[in-house]
Amino acid sequence: MPFFEPVDDPGSNFPELLRRVGLAGRAEQSGQIDVPHATTCVALRFVDGVVLAGDRRATSGNLISHRAMEKVVQADRYSGVAIAGAAGPAMEMIRLFQLQLEHYEKVEGSPLSLEGKANQLSMMVRGNLPAAMQGMVVVPLFAGYDLRREVGRLFAYDVTGGRYEEREYVATGSGSLHASTVIKVGFRAAMSRDDAIDLAVRSLWEAADADSATGGPDALRGIYPIVATVTADGWAPVGDDDLAARFQRIADEVLVRSTPPAPDPAIGGDDA
Amino acid sequence: MSMPFYVAPEQVMKDRADYARKGIARGRALVAIRYTDGIAIIAENPSETLRKVSEIYDRIAFAGVGKYNEFDQLRVAGIRAADLKGFQYSRDDVDARTLANQYAQILGTVFTHEMKPMEVEILVAEVGLEPAGDQMFHILYDGTVMDQRNTAVLGGDAEAISGRLDDSFTDGLDLANAVRIGVAALAGPDRDIDTAELEVAQLSRGNGRRCFHRLSEGDVVDALGR
Repeated sequence: MPFFEPVDDPGSNFPELLRRVGLAGRAEQSGQIDVPHATTCVALRFVDGVVLAGDRRATSGNLISHRAMEKVVQADRYSGVAIAGAAGPAMEMIRLFQLQLEHYEKVEGSPLSLEGKANQLSMMVRGNLPAAMQGMVVVPLFAGYDLRREVGRLFAYDVTGGRYEEREYVATGSGSLHASTVIKVGFRAAMSRDDAIDLAVRSLWEAADADSATGGPDALRGIYPIVATVTADGWAPVGDDDLAARFQRIADEVLVRSTPPAPDPAIGGDDA
Repeated sequence: MSMPFYVAPEQVMKDRADYARKGIARGRALVAIRYTDGIAIIAENPSETLRKVSEIYDRIAFAGVGKYNEFDQLRVAGIRAADLKGFQYSRDDVDARTLANQYAQILGTVFTHEMKPMEVEILVAEVGLEPAGDQMFHILYDGTVMDQRNTAVLGGDAEAISGRLDDSFTDGLDLANAVRIGVAALAGPDRDIDTAELEVAQLSRGNGRRCFHRLSEGDVVDALGR
């Protein structure tokens, strides 16, 4: 059991505790390494909170290395993280982040503020900078419900740990250009939960349609993107059945859009 | 040069034990009771903010009586040990028995090697996936570990409280009844404890991953039917 003198106490900081007991740190690698990369994640605000959504595909070069990655995960009761970048370090960062939030809450007796959580993640991204220089870039999105201000809030990050709060929506990953354009066009202030989920799902559909590293809905295997909302009632994932229905609606719409109208017999019809 | 007086080791240990016991007896008691869905921990605690009962891990709770700074230090050490073990291996590998043994090591070492023993008694409770897996470890100031099945009483006046609690305990209690007999046992026949002076928490099998849950003052009022 780790027992510290008061002057030497790491407080509620779990990563620091890991360093003290000698469990922290990956070995430094030299040169670029090819690791599975993960992909399109979006988050947007609606009237009661935020929606987070992310596809499930991980790729290594031109190969699909994993079809059911969970890149959108719950961080704690009132927040979630979505991650794009090198899968290994990303997953480890999420695990450490979740644990740090819980560790803080247990040691201090009350949870971190949303802003505090966002800053904590910023420090973790910055800590990953040496690995990022070797190609293991991790770029998360952080979204949650701020219980003090009573609003949903979104945060985007860059590789250096820079933290940027967004007011409406944010996207990350290789398909983010397409996804954010879809959201930009469809976004309205104070959307309902239902509309916000639809828009997020739509943005992932278009991203998957245009970006080979982003996976679309996989009805054959029953793998759908992960979509969840965070409101004053906490984290609530959207069920696969619900998502399947939403994707079906989009597919039907696309089918209608791309089917040429049946030739009108009155125009240029057969004379015989 | 003056020679220190010889003091028999038995006497040294007895003095330390008396010192620790006196310190613990001054504080107010707490009880833990097994009920159908988990374990309820009820403490008499006038403070709203300085907690005696808290969460250690998914299925494990900690409770301490005696000197606050001392058991709080143990509480934090327990959270660290549990989180480290869960991070290094798996969440399933964190268990109350290991924690109880580690606590016993610390308390035992402090009791024999330090100037002053810790004036604390602590409880490590774990709720199992099934009722048969529920465990409670009661650890004394000198590192003595006791494994308790249905009820545990820590703190001053423990014997009398324990007597009252054993009389009213039955298998198959629900949460409200567990809280009621716990409060009655703490209070004794001659007084009532104000709801504001109670700290009640539960480890509930039905609470999802994190089984620990604090009861609000309103919940306690409801449970007591006040």
